[in-house]
Order: sequence, then structure tokens, then C-alpha cells
Amino acid sequence: MAKQRNKPNVFGLLAEFEKPQDLLAGVRGVLQEGYRRVDAYTPFPVDGLAEALGFRHTRVPLVTLLGGLVGGVSGYSLQYWTSVVDYPINVGGRPLHSWPAFIPVTFELSILGAALAAVLGMLALNGLPMPYHPVFHVPRFALASRDRFFLCIESADARFDEKQTRDLLESLGSRRVSNVPY
Amino acid sequence: MIAGEPVTPKSAERRLPPVIAPGHTFATVTDKISSIVLARPTSKGWLAGFLLSFLLVMLLFYAIGYLLVAGVGIWGVSIPVAWGFAIVNFVWWIGIGHAGTLISAILLLLNQQWRTSINRFAEAMTLFAVACAGLFPLLHLGRPWFFYWLLPYPNPQGIWPQFRSPLVWDVFAVGTYFTVSLLFWFVGLLPDLATLRDRSQTRAGRVIYGILAMGWRGSAFHWHRYQTAYLLLAGLATPLVVSVHTVVSFDFAIGILPGWHSTIFPPYFVAGAIYSGFAMVLTLAIPLRAVYGLQGFITMRHLENMAKIMLATSLIVGYGYLMETFMAWYSGNPFEKFTAWNRVVGPYGPAYWALILCNVLSPQLLWLKRIRTSVPILFVLALVINVGMWLERFVIVITSLHRDFLPSSWGMYSPTRWDWAVLFGSIGLFVALLFLFIRFLPMISIFEMRELVSQTQTEGD
Repeated sequence: MAKQRNKPNVFGLLAEFEKPQDLLAGVRGVLQEGYRRVDAYTPFPVDGLAEALGFRHTRVPLVTLLGGLVGGVSGYSLQYWTSVVDYPINVGGRPLHSWPAFIPVTFELSILGAALAAVLGMLALNGLPMPYHPVFHVPRFALASRDRFFLCIESADARFDEKQTRDLLESLGSRRVSNVPY
Repeated sequence: MIAGEPVTPKSAERRLPPVIAPGHTFATVTDKISSIVLARPTSKGWLAGFLLSFLLVMLLFYAIGYLLVAGVGIWGVSIPVAWGFAIVNFVWWIGIGHAGTLISAILLLLNQQWRTSINRFAEAMTLFAVACAGLFPLLHLGRPWFFYWLLPYPNPQGIWPQFRSPLVWDVFAVGTYFTVSLLFWFVGLLPDLATLRDRSQTRAGRVIYGILAMGWRGSAFHWHRYQTAYLLLAGLATPLVVSVHTVVSFDFAIGILPGWHSTIFPPYFVAGAIYSGFAMVLTLAIPLRAVYGLQGFITMRHLENMAKIMLATSLIVGYGYLMETFMAWYSGNPFEKFTAWNRVVGPYGPAYWALILCNVLSPQLLWLKRIRTSVPILFVLALVINVGMWLERFVIVITSLHRDFLPSSWGMYSPTRWDWAVLFGSIGLFVALLFLFIRFLPMISIFEMRELVSQTQTEGD
């Protein structure tokens, strides 16, 4: 049967599972069949799911480290410049470059920089805020934040076919497969 | 959060009370916790409690208003005791905040499952405690409207903050602590805000929670980055919490006053902070679980574990008191010796003995399992310890200041009604913020409870 390759009329198919293990089995089955534009939606992080979907490496730790370094270097430079160069005053006979006294502020600003980078980096890498997404059009999807586990295959996937993909998802254990309108 | 192996072997696990009551499912934990927020109409009990605390907030604003108009002289501060209730309250509130971060961050890194049902409101407690704490360094300035001079900004006077001072370190430490706690708390809330968005019955609820949830949809890729960020935040918050109260202790330890200038202050303050923080968590957890029927989530395991931590930190704090006194004698320094002696038998002696009773003696009851598992006694003990920790800060600040090196400079300190008004007003602010929190946000972390259900279910298989 020739596949329709003009613009598909759905964003994709959403399969509902009752247990995280069933979802994991579904993901593995779907990837084995060669689908790539696959995402899973769960009410809590499921062990092994991201790996099963092929997600290897996140850049969040690198972003966090960079944020911490920027924070620390800024903190130390600020103190150095203000206390040694721009406004040098003798406090208790300490040398102008009193580096032990500069440690607390440097430390705190490193932590602040790292924390801000971790949160903002995580949100940015996740593409959040993203208040609109086609999956929200499926009424059952509200259960993704309660007790159901979803698997979504996008119609943009090369192997997507409304009937065949639906049959595959049902054979992998999903009892409810919905169309996801745009 | 970390779906790792449980730390207790199965045989011991069966003898301990459960970390969550058996029979819960993902749906029941979600419904139970979110229904407290989404319940309509607002319960009369909540309104009554919020009204009472709001009255105290009004008292606080009145006291602050009069302070700004008339000046710091309305308080009891004078020479020689130039730091009075304001600093005592500041250190007390910051200390209380530390338990929230410890539960959220440190217990996460230590893979302790029992943190799950208490970390959300403990973290909220931290935020509100730090907010209350932050008021005091600003208010105790002679001209609080110039508080921004503490920040490094280019100014026409051509001056910069004196970075070698612990008071400036405080600005950065407390500011960082508040910001990181807020970030940690908000990140933890994101998936739960999505739950509330999906379950809210009103349009306003859906819109507001929807905006706050930022479109969270539970994608596996998002969860992966989320968990990484959450773990990193926990790893960052752990040294932060230790450093913040260390920097606060430096306010005293860097100074040369006898009784203050002691290297034991940083660890002793941090232990004391954890101590008072857990006492406050217990003070909150016990009524909350009773009123909202959360005994299935906050079980005897949680209460007992918190009691044990309180006992352990009471021993550390007791050791701190002992060492202070011993070193005062061992040092041979006449000023140190006098300060230690004056604390015990001087005019503020009753405060010192009340402190020993509250902080060192009364928690020793917790060695008995019967006491640890008695909810009313735990509640009373937690309140006693909160008072005791306030007294500790009072004794540290006032006794070292009122009689230091030069006898001709000695004096007495007595708080005025405005000192008490600001203290009780700040307690009212704390309670009011907590009431708002439990009304509008899930007080237990819903997605982490679902994870806990998933973990405890697989263990039972």
C-alpha cells in the first residue's frame, strides 16, 4: 500500500499504558521496528526509560560547572578589584590582597552561579516554558500527570503509517491508542 | 528521586514502620495530596488559622513602621549591648531554615527514602524562615533605607563594601541561600504544578498553575535532564547549607569578644541549626499530618527518624557548650574565664539554665523509644527545643556583650515591647506564609511519592 507522504493530518499517535514496565517494553518494541521520532510521557521519572529511548548525554552538568566557574571568578575579581585597586583601605592591618577573607564570598557566588546555571540550563535545554504542545489536545493525556504512562510516535517519522503504527502499538500492550491532532 | 537499592536489608525493613502506608497507588497519592489544594470551598479551620497569623503580621508591620519612623532607640539596644533581639532572631530564623535544605538535599544524596513525604514543606519552611531572617539585618540598621549600601554597586561616594567583614559575607551567604533554596523548591514543584494544572476544576486554577508549570508534560527526555539538575542542586545545596551558618557564626567568631572568639563556633552553629530546624519540622509535621489525615504518608518512621536526628544534634550542641566552658578555663585567659562564669551565675544566669534544661536535658528523653514514638510528647519537646535554641542565641549575644573587657563599660540589656512585637510578628509572618503555602501548593511532593510507591511496590514483589 502506498504511503501518504503529503502533510499528515495528525501530529502523531499516543499510546496509553498502565504500568511503567509495559511502557518500557513498548518503547523497546517500537525502536526495534525502526521508529525514531519517539517520546514517552510519565508521571514520575522511570528508571531506564531515557536510555531505552536513546538519550545518552545531557549537557546540564557542563552548564552547571561553567556557571559555577563564572560565579567564582566574578566574585573573586570583584573583591580583588574593589579591595586592592579601586578602594584600598587598611582593615586591621591586613594586606590589601587578603585572599583568605575573600574566600566566603567567592564560595557563595560560585554556588549561586552553578545553581542558576543548573536550573536555567535545564529549563533551556528542555525547551521550557513551552505552554503549547499537541499532546495536550488528547483529553486522556491529563492522566500523564497522575497514573498513566504514554508513548508518542510522531507522524514526521519516516516509518509512520496511521494503521500500521496503531496496530504495532496495540500489539505491544497498549489498550488505548489516540490520534494527536495538531 | 534516586531509584537505587534500599539501604536497609529486607529483614530490618519489615521491623521498621513503613515509609509509606501499604496499599497506595500512583492515583491515590496524587488524589490525596492534590485534593488538599484543590478542595473547595476553603476550610473554616484554615481561614481561622490564617486570620490569626495575619493579625500577627499586622503587628509586625506596625512595629516595623514605628521603627522606621522613630529609630532603633525604641528597641532595648544601647551601649554596651548594641546587638539585641534583632540579631538573636536573625540567627534563630536562619538556623531553623537549615533542616529543610538538609532534608531536601543531604538526605537525597544519602538515598534516604524517608525524606520523600517531608521534603516539600520542609523546603517551604526554609524559604519562609530565611525570608523572616532576612528582615532583621535590614531592620537593625540605624537607617534601614540605606540597606543597599551593603551591595557592591558603583556609587557616587566612590566606596565599596568592606569585603573582609563577616557582615558583608552574610549578605552574600544569606542571599545565595535564599535564591538557591527558592530555585530548588521551584524546580521540585514543577511536575506537581503540572498535576495541579491537569486536575484543577476552575479556569483560574488551570491558567495560573499552567503558567507556573511552564508546559511540563513529563517527557522522558525532560525527566532525565530534570533529575540531573535536581541531583546537582542537591550537591550544591549541601556545602551551601554548611557554609551559610558558618558565615553567620563568623559574625561572632571573627570578633574578638570573649565567649565569641572561638573556633568551635562554625560546627557548633551548624549542628545547632540542624537541631532547631528539625524541631521546627516536627512542630509543623505533627499538626499537618493530624489535620489533613496524612498519617499514611508521614508515618511513625519519619517522626522517629527526626527525633533521632534531634537527639544526635542535641549531643553535638551539648558538646559545644561543654567545650566552650572547658576551653574558657583551660585557656587561662581571665576574660574568657569570667565570661563563662558570668553566663552561668551572672544576671542572665536563669536564661543559661533554662537553655541547658531545654537543649541538653529535655531531649535526652528521646533515648526512650516510648518517648520517640509518642506524638504529643514529640510535639511538646519540639516546641521546647525551639525555645531553647532561641535562648541559646540570646545567651551568646547578650552575655558576651553586656560584660566584656572593661568593667566600666558593663551594662544591662532589657528588651522593650517593640522587640517582642517584632519577634512575635515575625513568627506570625512565618505561619501566615505557611498557611498560604498549604492552601495553594501541594505540601508533599506528589511525583516523588509516586516514585516511592513504585519503589516500595517492586520491593514487595
